[in-house]
Amino acid sequence: MARYITRRLLWSVLLLLIVAAVVFLIFYIFPTADPAQLRAGRQANADQIAAIRESLGLDKPLYTQFWIYIEGIVTEFDLGRSYQSNAEVRDVIFSDLGPTALLVAGAVVVWLTIAIPTGIVSAVRRRSFLDRAMMITTLAFISAPVFWLGLVALYLFASDVGVLHIFPGIGSYAGADGIGGKIGALLLPWLVLAAATAAIYARYVRAQMIEVMEEDYIRTARAKGLPERRVIMRHALRSAITPIVTLLGLDVAVLLAGNAILTETVFNIPGLGAETFNAIKRSDLPMIQGITLFGAFFIVTFNLIVDVAYAYLDPRVRYQ
Amino acid sequence: MSRSPLLEVEDLRVHFNTDDGVVKAVDGVSFALERGRTLGVVGESGSGKSVANMTILGLTRAANADISGRIVFDGRDLATLDAEGLRSVRGNQISMIFQDPLSSMHPFYKVGRQLVEALEVHQEIDRQEASKRAVELLGLVGIPDPDRRAGEYPHEFSGGMRQRAMIAMALANDPKLLIADEPTTALDVTTQAQILRLIERLQDEFEMAVVMITHDLGVIADVADEVMVMYAGRVVEAGTRDEVFYDPQHPYTWGLLGSLTRVDRPRTARLAQISGQPPSVISPPQGCHFRPRCPHSFGRCTETPALEQRILTPGHADRCWLEPERKQTLRVVSSGEIGLEEPAA
Repeated sequence: MARYITRRLLWSVLLLLIVAAVVFLIFYIFPTADPAQLRAGRQANADQIAAIRESLGLDKPLYTQFWIYIEGIVTEFDLGRSYQSNAEVRDVIFSDLGPTALLVAGAVVVWLTIAIPTGIVSAVRRRSFLDRAMMITTLAFISAPVFWLGLVALYLFASDVGVLHIFPGIGSYAGADGIGGKIGALLLPWLVLAAATAAIYARYVRAQMIEVMEEDYIRTARAKGLPERRVIMRHALRSAITPIVTLLGLDVAVLLAGNAILTETVFNIPGLGAETFNAIKRSDLPMIQGITLFGAFFIVTFNLIVDVAYAYLDPRVRYQ
Repeated sequence: MSRSPLLEVEDLRVHFNTDDGVVKAVDGVSFALERGRTLGVVGESGSGKSVANMTILGLTRAANADISGRIVFDGRDLATLDAEGLRSVRGNQISMIFQDPLSSMHPFYKVGRQLVEALEVHQEIDRQEASKRAVELLGLVGIPDPDRRAGEYPHEFSGGMRQRAMIAMALANDPKLLIADEPTTALDVTTQAQILRLIERLQDEFEMAVVMITHDLGVIADVADEVMVMYAGRVVEAGTRDEVFYDPQHPYTWGLLGSLTRVDRPRTARLAQISGQPPSVISPPQGCHFRPRCPHSFGRCTETPALEQRILTPGHADRCWLEPERKQTLRVVSSGEIGLEEPAA
């Protein structure tokens, strides 16, 4: 196992290096605007731009630039400075990660709490009215785009613009005090971000449960005289949940990598997604690069975690 | 101890409503089993042998299943028992083992733990005590180094060892009846013999009755006291092992016996076979279900023959309209001298 993890870690490093190279090439070969000019501002003359070009190393050959970039990341985790604000990209990412992580973590709890019981009940009461009602509801949530759902939720429940003043409204996150205030401000975003995923997971749990309930070992569990509740919760769910861990790992990674962008934008939460959106709008290359690389890091890391977790969840899986 | 049989099944019917029609998986099965005896149930796939026996434990209960008849076990009718009542019987007074011991054990739980679970559900026993008992049971069924093996997962066991572990689990609560559904089908011949010996030994030790479900007449010949031959949801012949093997009355039984490979016979070009396919259990043939495949069918076979004693031997019953005297001659011709010699002591 230790050997497996070491090998996977080395592969991860190589993979991140490749991602860094690709990101680097894409943005430097096809720049949306001249970085030096962006940095210099509107009033700059040719000399000033040339000076900035030199100070940023933009006049050097591409491979040298890449080397400097990678060296900076490895030695001091230096992702460069934002063209826009001149702030360290690293610091911006770290400060944006907080709200995003909080948003994603809460949403995960919400969607699992909804999806797992829904999936189980639907599978056990297969073809019942309840099953059909729940599966139609999930279909509706899967079909609803997150930005639309977010706006509808705000219209219905936000304390400022909503019909029913239940949850804190747009932009309340930035103004919220303490962890309690932040959580309050995130309640609605959590529900909105979790809705579609909860629906997908509920369907997945249902399908898995239906499949597992047909297994011979479920028949054995019943033949042993176990209460049906235990058969479902301890024997069937244990097997049905395992593949969901894979799904969960990847979904969390993708959301942390900035894919909560729509929810963050609708609710005006200053997270990584919102930052990405702004960076793209302003052609802030170091920022886009940094966030992309960071996202890749999350995806690679969570993949590794999922694979290792799998070996613990399914004793038949043993890595050499 | 009462004189009544341990298990008495009367006119058991299990019908499943499906989109294609009503599947009459079990259609009027009756039998009785005495304490400590072994009943062999033989028949091809789809004959209803497994469904009938799973129904004893209520394992076929479902929204689309119509179950009728009586299943009197130890004085109680299991057919009318509620879910909780049945649950207390399962794995306790009646245990069941299955064909594929790998898929029949939970892949994610250690073997010892699965045994502990079986103990805890029916007994007031603390975890430590249960673990100790689990190891004892594994030792009892001949698993070497049971202490260590209890901590392993099913996939780390060999096929034979897995079935031993399943048997250990089935014995956990000292059952009066063990239903073994093709317990040796997935095993190689040597292992099969070991498992059958093990079941016999434990049967004596635990004074259990056994229902041995199989399609393998060799297994039946080896272990059964009584034999029940099933075809398309019905019992077509029932009697003691010797009666059914040496004086078979139903043409289907002749066919089964004729298809056996036997080392005490000259090797013929090919084995006898029963032509045709098993009938649909949704719309079975009118009258005798075996009629379309039977080389001896005649006019009367469109009426359903009852399962009753038609020859002098009491307790030996069959569902065939042929005159017993005619059977004596027909079965020789049809299956090449099967079943006519005397029992070899």
